[in-house]
Amino acid sequence: MAGMESTSAEMDLDRPNLEEYLPSDSIHGSGSPKNLHLRDLLDISPTLTEAAGAIVDDSFTRCFKSNSPEPWNWNIYLFPLWCTGVVVRYGILFPLRLLTLLFGWIIFWAGFIPAHILLKGQEKLRRKIERKLVEMMCSFFVASWTGVVKYHGPRPSMRPHQVFVANHTSMIDFIILEQMTAFAVIMQKHPGWVGFIQKTILESVGCIWFNRTESKDREVVARKLREHVQGVDNNPLLIFPEGTCVNNQYTVMFKKGAFELGCAVCPIAIKYNKIFVDAFWNSKKQSFTMHLLRLMTSWAVVCDVWYLEPQYLQPGETAIEFAERVRDMIATRAGLKKVPWDGYLKYFRPSPKLTEKKQQIFAEDVLRRLEK
Amino acid sequence: MGNASSILTQYDIEDVQEHSHYLYTQEEIVALYERFCQLDRNSKGYITSDEFLSIPEFSLNPLSHRLVQMVDGLNFKDFVAFLSPFSAKATAQQKIELIFKVYDTDGKGKVTFKDILEVLSSLTGSFMTQEQREQVLSKLMKEAGYDKDSSLSLEDFIKILSTPSLKMEVEVPID
Repeated sequence: MAGMESTSAEMDLDRPNLEEYLPSDSIHGSGSPKNLHLRDLLDISPTLTEAAGAIVDDSFTRCFKSNSPEPWNWNIYLFPLWCTGVVVRYGILFPLRLLTLLFGWIIFWAGFIPAHILLKGQEKLRRKIERKLVEMMCSFFVASWTGVVKYHGPRPSMRPHQVFVANHTSMIDFIILEQMTAFAVIMQKHPGWVGFIQKTILESVGCIWFNRTESKDREVVARKLREHVQGVDNNPLLIFPEGTCVNNQYTVMFKKGAFELGCAVCPIAIKYNKIFVDAFWNSKKQSFTMHLLRLMTSWAVVCDVWYLEPQYLQPGETAIEFAERVRDMIATRAGLKKVPWDGYLKYFRPSPKLTEKKQQIFAEDVLRRLEK
Repeated sequence: MGNASSILTQYDIEDVQEHSHYLYTQEEIVALYERFCQLDRNSKGYITSDEFLSIPEFSLNPLSHRLVQMVDGLNFKDFVAFLSPFSAKATAQQKIELIFKVYDTDGKGKVTFKDILEVLSSLTGSFMTQEQREQVLSKLMKEAGYDKDSSLSLEDFIKILSTPSLKMEVEVPID
């Protein structure tokens, strides 16, 4: 990818001390420095072992692996049952769901277009109606996958000086949360029909756009976030600090942007039940349309949503430490494992500073032992 | 084996096992195949350097660029053969052979002073000057009885590196 190296510098800012997480064997074993031999210089086995270990299995790729469930339809009794299931799902459920969705869209546009045009003067009323319509449309979407969502905890209220953060598995996270409360959201610009919806409907609930590939974008986005949070009339802002979709078994590092706005951070934990369908959207493997179709041809989308207690920046805590603390809360609640990687490593290479750290450790060890 | 997206047959597994000197069990080979298919994005049958370098843990390794030249474009059979020295069952000789190959990039069977300096440069980066590296290496080579201009063979490497503390093992996770 062009421009990969130039943007890796941006990623330093969000990284806590990665060395604490990564195993880096001291090249020469135990703590007390021994005399230096040729053997010590030539023995690159620890470095090679780390590299081979990463080739065989690495914690970053694991975050984006969709674990396909064990096929259970392999014998003569279960196979016909599975076939019946397929017929029901594709032949009966899918058309019904499609019709439901179409019905929902018709009602939505029938309400949205008039409200948008006729109520141009009365901002407050128009926004209220548009908000309700968006919530309704999201409910239709959830119904179209037979979504069974259990909400735990107090419902978000519309107040200024608060942001909501949640772990991210698919764009449907937004829909599931939106059907309960009309959030404003910050999203990556998408092409196609999703982009169209972003531009028209989501404008009405308040949306901030960013572009991952533009490095200058960061400051502009940070400013927009701050402005939004201070506005009294704005919908509560929902942010997915991971910055990318993860497979609902792990969490990658939270970007600190949401945590340095000087306001309350309300964590939301979302956990999908994999028995019914794997809700992870691997954007590299399928388009959002295919993803939705897969959801609409499965039995149900079952998930739990926990609204957790609002958190504030503690005295002496940095934004990154705050982000990690909240990530810890969400990971514990939703039963996710934490990995120390930045989600953007899906698109960019890691910072050369990490390699330099390893080089520094080795070089200093050699020089120190040389002096003996 | 052909296309990586094809399913691994028992015949294929045994073929790979033989090619990698029986250092991996059949379960480990199946697990490695899953990993291979995960890394090989469009099921081409081989993994490109770019795909290897998109593993963050691998990319930040100081020797990643040397290693990626050795693994770039390997099919599954050669991929497993490359990794086999990291098996717990591999002998010290097999491990040292791999280390030798990493130093001897042009495959001439001899590792020169310059070759070692290059690897040392990857390992120390800007934290040692070229003079410091040459100084350290000359000193240590002299102490070990080698001339600065002499090149090291595989036998020399085996002599120098064969210690009981040589650990180079990677476990293959089996689901």
